[in-house]
Amino acid sequence: MRRVATGLALSACLASAAAQFIGTTLQRRSGFDDMSPALQAMQRDDTQNPAWLWLKGGEKTFDADCARCHTNTQLRSVATRYPAFDSLLGKPVTLSGRINLCRQRHLQREPLAAESDELIGLETWLGWQARGLPIAPPADPRLAAARSKGENLYRSKFGQLDFSCAQCHDDNAGRRLAGSTITQAHPTGYPIYRLEWQGMGSLQRRLRGCMSAVRAEPFGFGSDELTALEMFLAQRAAGMPIETPAIRP
Amino acid sequence: MTNRRQLLRQTVAVAAGGMLLLRPASATPESLQKVITGFTGGAPIRTGRVKLQIAELVENGNAVPVTISVDSPMTAADHVRRIALFNQRNPQSDVAVFELSPVNGRAEVGTRIRLATSQTVVAMAQMNDGSVWQHRVDVIVTLAACIEGG
Amino acid sequence: MARSVIHMPATARPGDIIAVRVLVQHSMETGYRSNSVGEPLARDIIRRVECRFDGETVFAADLFPAIAANPSVAFYLRATRSGSLQVEWRGDAGFSHTDSARLQVG
Repeated sequence: MRRVATGLALSACLASAAAQFIGTTLQRRSGFDDMSPALQAMQRDDTQNPAWLWLKGGEKTFDADCARCHTNTQLRSVATRYPAFDSLLGKPVTLSGRINLCRQRHLQREPLAAESDELIGLETWLGWQARGLPIAPPADPRLAAARSKGENLYRSKFGQLDFSCAQCHDDNAGRRLAGSTITQAHPTGYPIYRLEWQGMGSLQRRLRGCMSAVRAEPFGFGSDELTALEMFLAQRAAGMPIETPAIRP
Repeated sequence: MTNRRQLLRQTVAVAAGGMLLLRPASATPESLQKVITGFTGGAPIRTGRVKLQIAELVENGNAVPVTISVDSPMTAADHVRRIALFNQRNPQSDVAVFELSPVNGRAEVGTRIRLATSQTVVAMAQMNDGSVWQHRVDVIVTLAACIEGG
Repeated sequence: MARSVIHMPATARPGDIIAVRVLVQHSMETGYRSNSVGEPLARDIIRRVECRFDGETVFAADLFPAIAANPSVAFYLRATRSGSLQVEWRGDAGFSHTDSARLQVG
C-alpha cells in the first residue's frame, strides 16, 4: 500500500515535471516573437540596430581594459551563465556585478555606475559574444537558495496594484495590456535597446520599471532581491538562445 | 470588489491622458501646407515615382523605421535633388530633408522617425527638372502603456 | 563625447553601388517635453548631417525634432575610387561630431 502511494506520488511528480517541461520549454516565446516585422528587422539587421553604439563602446573598453587578461573567444559563453556564485563575496553576482568586481580586484578601479554607458556597453559586448548560445544557468548548489528566493519574489504580489510577476507573465502572457502584448518575460536579449527608453538598459532597469508600474517601491540596482529574480528568470529561460542586443518596444 | 484589471486600465488611461495634456498643439493642416510649399516652391505636386515604406501599424512611435525610394536613373540628366519627409500631426510638420546627386547611384534613403499619434506621413521628391512627386501613407500608432517611470 | 558608427563595406568594385548607414548617439530632445517637475526641456537636436568623400559632398540632410533619438540615416553611394568617407553631425548647443571610414575600390 505504501509502495503504491509512493509510486503514485512519484508518477504525479513526474507528470507535473513533464507538464512544467512542456509549459516552460515547448511553448516558450521570446519577446522578439511578439514584435512587429519592422522591429524584428531592426534587431535582425546589425546595421539597423541602434544598440551598436553601445556595443562598439563596449568593444573599445574591452580592448583597453579587459584584453590584458581575457580574449573574446575565452569569454564567449560567459553571458549565458550569469548570475553566478562569487566565492570571495560568498553570494551570487550578476554579469554587471562581475564586471565591476573584476575592475575593483584586478584593475584597482572604481566600479562603473549602474546603467552607465560604459557598463551597459561592456555587458552588451559580452552578451553579443554569446549571441545564439543557449542560456545555461550553472548547476552550482550554492545558488539554490537565492534561486528559490527569486522564484518566491516572482510569485509574490507587490505594490498598490497588488500584482505578482507571475500574474501577468505566466497567467496572462499573450494577452494584451493597453495595446501591447504581455510577454512571457524571458530575459533573452539584455541589455536591450528599448524604444520606450530611447536608449539601452539592463534587465534590472526593466524589473524596476515593472515594479514602478504596479506602484511598488523598486528594489535597488545590484540588490540581492533583483539578483535573485534574475537567477530565477535565467532558470526559467534555460536553453533559450541569447539575442543580445535585442530591440523591444 | 474592484477588478484589478479595470483599475490598471483606468490608471493607464489617466497616465495617457496626462501625457496628452502636456503635449503641445499638433501641427495644423496650414502648417503642413506651408512647409510643403516651402519645399516645392509652388511646383505642382504629382503622385507616383516616390515610394514611402513605413509600417501601417506602429506599436511604439518613438522610433519608426522609414525608407523612401524614388524611381530615378540618378544620371546627370535625370536625378533626384531632394527628398523630404513631412508629417501631419506631430508638433512640427518637418521631419527631414535629404540632399542627393548622381554620385548616390540609387535614389533611396532611410531613417527612423517619431510619430506622436496616428496620422498621415508624406514623402516628397524633387527632381533636377524641378518636378515634385509624392507618396502619402496613413499610419496607426497604438498607444504604448505609459505606466512606467523606469 | 559622442559615439558614432558607420556601416559601409570596406571594399568595392568600381561602379558598385554601396549601402551606407550612419548612426550617432544623441538624445534628440524635441523641445516639446517637460521634466518631472514640469519645467520645459530645451530643444537639443542634431540639425544637420553632411557626408563627404575625399572632400566632395555626396550626401547631406537637415534633421528636425521628429527624428528618433540616436539618429540613423541610410543612403547609397556609387564607388568610383578609393578614399575616405567623412561624416559630420552638427546641432544645438554647439554639438559637433565627425567620424570617417575608408573605402578601397579596385
